[in-house]
Parts: sequence; structure tokens; C-alpha cells
Amino acid sequence: MARRYDSRTTIFSPEGRLYQVEYAMEAISHAGTCLGILAKDGILLAAERRNINKLLDNSIFAEKIYRLNEDMVCSVAGITSDANVLTNELRVIAQRYQLQYDEPIPVEQLVSSLCDVKQAYTQYGGKRPFGVSILYMGWDKHYGYQLYQSDPSGNYSGWKATCIGNNAAAAVSVLKQELNETPIPLGDAEDLAIKVLAKTLDMTKLSSEKIEMSTLQRDGDATTIKILSNAEVDKLIAKYEKIQAEEEAAKKEKLAQQQQQQQK
Amino acid sequence: MESIIGIKGKDFVMLAADSTHPHSIMVLKDDENKIHKISDSLLIAATGDAGDTVQFVEYISKNILLYKMRNGYELSPKAAAYFTRKNLADYLRTRYAYQVWLLVAGYDKKEGPQLTFIDYLANTLSVKHGAHGYGGMFCGSIFDKYHHDNLTQDEAYEIMRKCAREIQKRLIISQPRFHVQVVDTNGVKRLEDITTENLKD
Repeated sequence: MARRYDSRTTIFSPEGRLYQVEYAMEAISHAGTCLGILAKDGILLAAERRNINKLLDNSIFAEKIYRLNEDMVCSVAGITSDANVLTNELRVIAQRYQLQYDEPIPVEQLVSSLCDVKQAYTQYGGKRPFGVSILYMGWDKHYGYQLYQSDPSGNYSGWKATCIGNNAAAAVSVLKQELNETPIPLGDAEDLAIKVLAKTLDMTKLSSEKIEMSTLQRDGDATTIKILSNAEVDKLIAKYEKIQAEEEAAKKEKLAQQQQQQQK
Repeated sequence: MESIIGIKGKDFVMLAADSTHPHSIMVLKDDENKIHKISDSLLIAATGDAGDTVQFVEYISKNILLYKMRNGYELSPKAAAYFTRKNLADYLRTRYAYQVWLLVAGYDKKEGPQLTFIDYLANTLSVKHGAHGYGGMFCGSIFDKYHHDNLTQDEAYEIMRKCAREIQKRLIISQPRFHVQVVDTNGVKRLEDITTENLKD
């Protein structure tokens, strides 16, 4: 029976649901993880890279992190081909604003404009929604650093730290544990991003090939956007592993002491 | 035919515009306001084709207000001037171009005062002082002599008076009354008109 309401995006099911939109969100929950953290002096995005193959030429192509204009970057989770269409649209929207007002588009306006496009595909006939969730980081003169998330239904929201894709709920709960009201410096956010990814990705050992990371900071009158090199990511991973090993050792020592006391 | 004048000071912009509304060889109205208040921090003075000026400024002004309603913050004076220029330039390339000459004056809490000169071909310049119309031709030398970067509002008003006096003395067309408005950090304020009578004082 459900089939009757499945096949078209524009039709509500009797329970008042839009199945195609829900399926699109389901598709995203299997995609590579992306996370964003709003720091005191900048923002960062980190993403899991799934397509790792020795023969792939990574020097020309960043898989998941896209620069949108001088002040904004986004990272995507979901169907890559859909994402390419949307990032292209984002860049066009940003340039259209630049052409009209001679200044960069404020972050929320860009997010909201794209969400209008996403929403249209859940309402107008014969089309499927975009199977893409997006994290946006950016700076504007009105509200400073901002982090947004949007989903296939066309909803968007602003966050201090958030995550989309595979295992997003677990990542968000780690972020919730680690963060409080006071914002952290960008350096600490980088460490935290690695920690969260290490805890949520299904792999025994992190490596720079599997992670993309990008930071955005404001220096005087210009925005600096940086995509971290493999060496820099490796450094962060090494730092994390070292701390982890030390904690592990401390725990073992404590345990040994307790056992000794019990024997006495 | 009519004159509009703009002067940028240290922390304000002042605009003056004559108040005649001519049609052919006749003056139809002598108290027309050519300085339009767009918001608490933005003024546009417009001259040119009688219907075009009102229509175009209204179109720009409503769009700037729409922007504020949609986004909860205002367009900066720079962006507003660029938006005006862009619209004028786009219309110029249609069969129904607007014949308007504009001075866009604004004050931004962060960026300070901004005066933009725009002509009917959408030439746009950020200026310290500027004027349109036949009357404007008499103002250049006065600006040259009396304008400086730390101008006070009183000094600027005095320069406006000098311009008006020169226009009334030299220009063949009668422009007996000038409206004056100023925009600064406190918003928009209308100052006393400059008239042939009070110029005698």
C-alpha cells in the first residue's frame, strides 16, 4: 500500500509523511560523516573521505569540501552527483548577490536561497529531492562566524557544533559532552574534530587519506580559508593518539595499583 | 535643469536640492522635495525626467526596504548605491531607460559617511562632494576652495549657501529655494531651506 505514496515526492501519505524526502535523509545517514565546529576565533569543517584508491589522483580533486566564495565553505554528505549540482548552484547564487550589491552574500541568505531550491524539489511534480545534506561555514559582517546545516527537505538551522552523515547522532552526543557555553579556540576545535571522528568512524586507525579538514578565519579585512594538507592532518592524528595512549597507560597503572592494594 | 548638491563631511553627508518643478518654460511648483528619505541612514537626491525620478527612486527605495524586512538588517550605503547603479545600468540597456541623475547619501555606523554620484548612464563615483544639473556647474570651484576633510555641519551648510547664492546670481534659470537635509549617526534631519530672502542676511 505504501507504494502508492512512495513514488512521487509531491504526495503526502495518509499519515502525513513525504516518503521520498525521508528516504533521501536515510540515504544521507549512510554517507560519509561531516562535522563542523564553531570556535572562538574561526570555524572548521571535517569530513570522512570514502573513495580511497591508490590510483585516484587526489591532487586535483577534493571530494567533499567546496569553497563557495571568499567568505564561505561547505561540505556535503550524500549523493556526490547531486551535491555537485547544489554546490554549483550555491556558487551561482553567491556571485549573483555579488553582482547586485558589490559585496559578499551574508551567510544565512545563501543557505536560505539554496534551501528554497531544495524545498522546491519536495513539492513540484516529477522530481526527486536532492539526496544531500550540507554543512556551511562562513563569516559575514552582520553576525560574524556562522555554522549552518541543511537537509533534503529544505530545512536549515544554525549550530555551534554539528554533524551529518553516517553515525551523526553519536558524533553529536560526543560534541555535546565535550563542549559547553564558552567557545573554544580553533586549535582545540581541530583536536576535538579528530577525537570525534576517531570515536565515530568505523575504523581502527585514523589516517589523513580518510579525512579532509578545512578551517576559516578572519585576518583583519580578509577571510583566510585553508584546506589542511595530509601532513597537517597526520600531525593532529598523531597528537590525538599520543594523548590516547597516555590516558590508556595511566588507566592501566591505576588498575594495577588497585589490584596491589586488594592483594595486601 | 534643476540642481542637486552633495557634500560629505567627517561624520555626515549633506544634500541640497532646488525646489522648482519646471515644465517647458513654466514653473508648475516651487516647493517640490527632491531629496528622498529611504531609511534612517540613507537619502537619495534625484533630478532628471520628472516622472522617471519619482518612479525610479520609489522602485529602489521599496527594494531597499524589502531587503531590510527579509533579512532583519539594512543594506550598507555602499551596497545600496551599487544596487541603485546596477538597476539603472540594466534599465539603460532596455528600450525604457530612466533619465535620472542621483546623489546617494548614507551613514554607516562602521564605515562612516558615504556620498555616491550617479548619472543617467549609471556612471558611479564615490565622492567627497558632487552636484548634478546646470546649477552644479557653478559649484565645482566653490567646493574646490572651501571643502576639507574635517568639515563641520555648519561649514557644510555655509558652502551650500555659497553654491545657492552663485546659482541664483549666475544661472539664467530661476532657483529661488533649496531644500537641505543631512544624514549622520543620529539619523536624517531636515535643515532650514536656503532662499533668496535668507541669503541676503
